[in-house]
Amino acid sequence: MTIPLSGWEVAKQIAKRFPDAVSEAYGYFVLVKSESLFEVAQYLKSSPEFDFDYLTNITAVDYYDYFEAIYQLTSLKHNHSLVLKTRCYGRDNPTLPSIVRLWRGADFQEREIHDLMGTTFKGHPNLKPIVLWQGFKGHPLRKDYL
Amino acid sequence: MALRTESFVLNIGPQHPSTHGVFRMRATLDGEVIVDLEPVFGYLHRGIEKLAEERTYTGVIPLTDRLDYLASMSNNLAYVLAVEKLAGIKVPERAEYLRVIMAELQRIASHLIAVGAFLNDCGAFMTPILYMIREREKILDLFDMVSGQRLTYNYMRVGGVSQDVPDEFLPALDKFVKEMPGWIDEYDQLLAENEILLARSKGVGILSKELAINVSASGPVLRASGVKWDIRKADPYSIYGRFEFEIPTGMVGDCYDRYWVRVQEMRQSLRIIKQAMGQIPSGAVRSEVPHIIRPPVGEAYSHIEAPKGELGFYLVSDNSIAPYRCHIRAPSLLNLTALRDMIIGWKVADAIIIFGSIDICMGEIDR
Repeated sequence: MTIPLSGWEVAKQIAKRFPDAVSEAYGYFVLVKSESLFEVAQYLKSSPEFDFDYLTNITAVDYYDYFEAIYQLTSLKHNHSLVLKTRCYGRDNPTLPSIVRLWRGADFQEREIHDLMGTTFKGHPNLKPIVLWQGFKGHPLRKDYL
Repeated sequence: MALRTESFVLNIGPQHPSTHGVFRMRATLDGEVIVDLEPVFGYLHRGIEKLAEERTYTGVIPLTDRLDYLASMSNNLAYVLAVEKLAGIKVPERAEYLRVIMAELQRIASHLIAVGAFLNDCGAFMTPILYMIREREKILDLFDMVSGQRLTYNYMRVGGVSQDVPDEFLPALDKFVKEMPGWIDEYDQLLAENEILLARSKGVGILSKELAINVSASGPVLRASGVKWDIRKADPYSIYGRFEFEIPTGMVGDCYDRYWVRVQEMRQSLRIIKQAMGQIPSGAVRSEVPHIIRPPVGEAYSHIEAPKGELGFYLVSDNSIAPYRCHIRAPSLLNLTALRDMIIGWKVADAIIIFGSIDICMGEIDR
């Protein structure tokens, strides 16, 4: 069985290295501040204890006040998983750091979220439309898009 | 005097028989060698994730049929498992067995098309695929018996399956399971050591183990690269923990390994079906679940080993009758990430084979 790691335990480990990064931890989730997402993800990927070599899935949810990006990490070696979350605020140009440099599997998914949710991924090498056409107005997966 | 040459951009697709749907490869060529490649898609985007937000939890099931339309049963299963996880619903034993039988039959059907289409791309035009369609037809007949449909089955329900199988189903399945190994042997005789297939696919389009993991490849593509990762074993869902089967893995990660892994997986699926048929209990096939489900506020991710890889549903509930957010983790989309790396340096004819060996379904990529 893939063991979901406790958000609390992982948050404690992260806090040792990045004291201000974690803003909340509950259940299997760790919520980190968006400005430290890249560093935390890099740590989770490279530390032998966690070794999250496989990025299962990225998605984003629109909660009106903020967008929540959800990163599901899995370690094929230890067979455990973790859900890493981050939030970005504002509806005009919400920005998140890109993690393509760590896991290339994020490439298409970040582009898709950029299309459908309208969040910009800073540092993405090729952030252009993937499922919508050039010049499409609006972001269909936002809750206020009809 | 050195000859001045220019690179040339070639669009393969979106309307092209070898792109398996409306998919475009924008290839930059130096002579006949591909030096750069960009996959372009989105022509089939229907916004299924958005549509799901407007429907009841049960109403989303027909939408999942239209994701990977060659493996509707697997899509149904992945979705209902996610809803059951979110709402904490138990499933009767018989329904669990029926689900496993259907999912494994679906894997065989999907792999038959994958292998057949791959050989089509190799240039064995239509002959091998017709052998494989012959066998797939028998699986479709079985699905027709249980659901009345041949492509979009809409068979699974939250809390079980829509109806019990008819009396003639299990004898027909038994006949199929007895006959199928002989047919797979026939494919092996025809293809496994076929010199043309070996020459075209051995060592072509190698995906290294490290890259396969880094690009989130899954399913046969990941296993062909030598990673022993199958969600049925790594994170057993439903009742997969009760069955004995092996995970075939490739050595090199070339096109031949991807073909070989699929053929071996068909044999393993038959093994699982045989065991499930022996153990299947009688009883109810659906637990008492209301048509309108209101799961508690929360989030759930459930994943299965679909024929093409890890298919997952991420559901967010706000305690209303429709999902607040329904995200689909599509294996075909993520398996395409490494396409560029696999194709660069190969010729156009090889690109077609490498692309075919990934086995994608556009309904799932564009969603």
